[in-house]
Amino acid sequence: MDVEILVNILPQVLLDGLILGFMYALIALGYTMVYGVLEFINFAHSEIFIVGAFVGVEILLGLKSAGWLEHLPWPLVLLLVLLAGMVVSGALAVTVERVAYRPLRGAPRLIPLISAIGISFFLQDLIRLVESIWRNAFNLVYPTIDVLNERFELTPTIDVSVKSLVVIVAALAMLGVLHALVNRTKIGTAIRAVAEDQTAASLMGINVNRIISLTFLIGGAMGGAAGVLFGVQYGLINPYTGFIPGLKAFTAAVLGGIGNIPGAMIGGLVLGLLEAFAASYLSLLTGGRFGAEYKDIFAFSVLILILIFRPKGLLGEVVRERA
Amino acid sequence: MIQLVGAVAFLIASGIAVATFPRSVLVFLAFQAALFAVYLARMPAWLRAALLGLALLVMMPLIGLYNGYYLEVATQVGIFVALALGLNIVVGLAGLLDLGYVAFFAVGAYSWAIFGSPQANAIFGGGFPLAPIWFYLFLGVGLAVAGATGVVLGLPVLRLRGDYLAIVTLGFGEVIRVLANNLDKPINLTNGPRGITPITRPPAPFGMPYPEYFYFLVLAIVVLVVLVNRRLENSHIGRAWEAIREDELAAQAMGVPLVRSKLLAFACGASFAGIMGVVFSAKQVFINPESFTFLESIGVLAMVILGGMGSIPGAVLGATVVTVLNLQVLKGFSLWLNELKNAGVVVLGFNLADLPTQLEPAKYERMIFGIILVLMMIFRPQGILPVRRRQRELAARAPATGPATPAP
Repeated sequence: MDVEILVNILPQVLLDGLILGFMYALIALGYTMVYGVLEFINFAHSEIFIVGAFVGVEILLGLKSAGWLEHLPWPLVLLLVLLAGMVVSGALAVTVERVAYRPLRGAPRLIPLISAIGISFFLQDLIRLVESIWRNAFNLVYPTIDVLNERFELTPTIDVSVKSLVVIVAALAMLGVLHALVNRTKIGTAIRAVAEDQTAASLMGINVNRIISLTFLIGGAMGGAAGVLFGVQYGLINPYTGFIPGLKAFTAAVLGGIGNIPGAMIGGLVLGLLEAFAASYLSLLTGGRFGAEYKDIFAFSVLILILIFRPKGLLGEVVRERA
Repeated sequence: MIQLVGAVAFLIASGIAVATFPRSVLVFLAFQAALFAVYLARMPAWLRAALLGLALLVMMPLIGLYNGYYLEVATQVGIFVALALGLNIVVGLAGLLDLGYVAFFAVGAYSWAIFGSPQANAIFGGGFPLAPIWFYLFLGVGLAVAGATGVVLGLPVLRLRGDYLAIVTLGFGEVIRVLANNLDKPINLTNGPRGITPITRPPAPFGMPYPEYFYFLVLAIVVLVVLVNRRLENSHIGRAWEAIREDELAAQAMGVPLVRSKLLAFACGASFAGIMGVVFSAKQVFINPESFTFLESIGVLAMVILGGMGSIPGAVLGATVVTVLNLQVLKGFSLWLNELKNAGVVVLGFNLADLPTQLEPAKYERMIFGIILVLMMIFRPQGILPVRRRQRELAARAPATGPATPAP
């Protein structure tokens, strides 16, 4: 085995892992915030994420066919697409909560989970239906913006594309804003109060339903932004693309300690790095017997091991048992 | 009495109708509705059993002579009934949400597929496929291997809380599928995405044609599974499962061994899936990992939820409705729409020939599953044919802010 190869590709692997990790972190926030407030796995979050990606591709394709994509400055285009994805995904998350989860609050805990699975499946085919009618295609490719595909050479062996930098910067900015929102503002205090104890919070004059809607809005918006970034970074999307990243982001949330916002960020980064390492090194280390196709199994094994040995996650907040 | 006569008349009429119009989907649906009517109508138990027996043992194979596709649908329904009954034990009785159930089906299917085809030569050298008669032994092997897989998965994860358990079983289902997809190297175990074929079929007695033979085989297994389910439900262990579902802490305090009971539920459900997996692989002659996706797991879950968690007739009804929706209604709608498109029919000033080509109604089974799951959870969580105990539980837990659940 050639140790030199392993060392040489290390920085590139780290970089890929970081990008993937930030993506997971953004999606994981949606899972973890909702879990923190309702102790409920919002299974449909992976579709809320991919809806963001579809909003992005529709706007970009629209701009392209209008011939504006070349002329508008790319940061403006990117900002517009991100905002649109966030608004639509956030609104969708709030709607889903209102329609499919709120009537079930207080039911045995598997009931809303099953409803969420139903919503997830329904949304997948709804996207397919809408895109089939609208474009007669549901496998869509993000139009390329040339500037974003330029690559910097950091060293002769490592290079980084502009879009990867954009992903990292955007993710960092959003995580920072969210952190400030939750910890420094009145709304953030209300969210934390509702997560702590809904009854007590409502006695203190907090409108619990509104705070829960707000939680879905923020989580959904983060998911939508992640969807747009996912599309920009990886290009190809279809209505079923969201499922596996969603599952992995949930793994990241559990890994960091579900219900814990910094935990979701750290969990996302750790999982992204682990997966990048597994994808590039598994094949090298086993002499080609097992390759990158096992990276999904790797992520799920991490999930199973964490849940068995440290269900509180890395930043272990004690998960309360509620019958 | 009116009900009795009505149901019998309905059954006979629909039977004749199917023989007269062997191509009409609607008529076949009417036949299935007649079976349901016989089940619901007020009549002595022996008469109901005799009528259902007549319909399933005599009328259905006869219908199969007119239109082989209906027999295929009936066989598929049978396979899914057995799967739904197996999952019903895990989800309905023991209250453990298993989102990777189809993995056990896959384990059963691959256990016969590998040894019942030349595939095993890649591992053991020569001598395969096994003789067809081995199939009957492998019904037991599939059952045992799937059950053992259930125990191996269950041992570490059954300590987890309900929603975590659901996600871990989902992950496990994906792991099995990814393994089936990739274990064509370093040793070619599953032949990867290309799948395994040809799989040996068992010797059919009396020179029976294979579609009829598999129909009867599946029917026999379904009857067996129903009987086992009914015995289990009222047994010591069945009551322990329900106690765990209602309140784990209280059950434990009453001396119910939690992990052991849950393991048993997992293994029971898994073994039903395993035995059907063996039949499935022999019936299809070809299997590949595409038959064992998360979509299938959710499909089986939708069947259980639709009929009513914990309810045996509910699982049968749910499996029938969902399978028929997928195999007949969606496909029928697709074909009909295509005919209209080709004919260029104009509806409300819109020419149907202009409909997008990618719009294929047959492909929207996810939407069907999704709608079933959400609507059932919101409006009728106890299912169409609920168990009385489950109904009481859901009513008792409904909080003041929740939906108005009607008292039973």
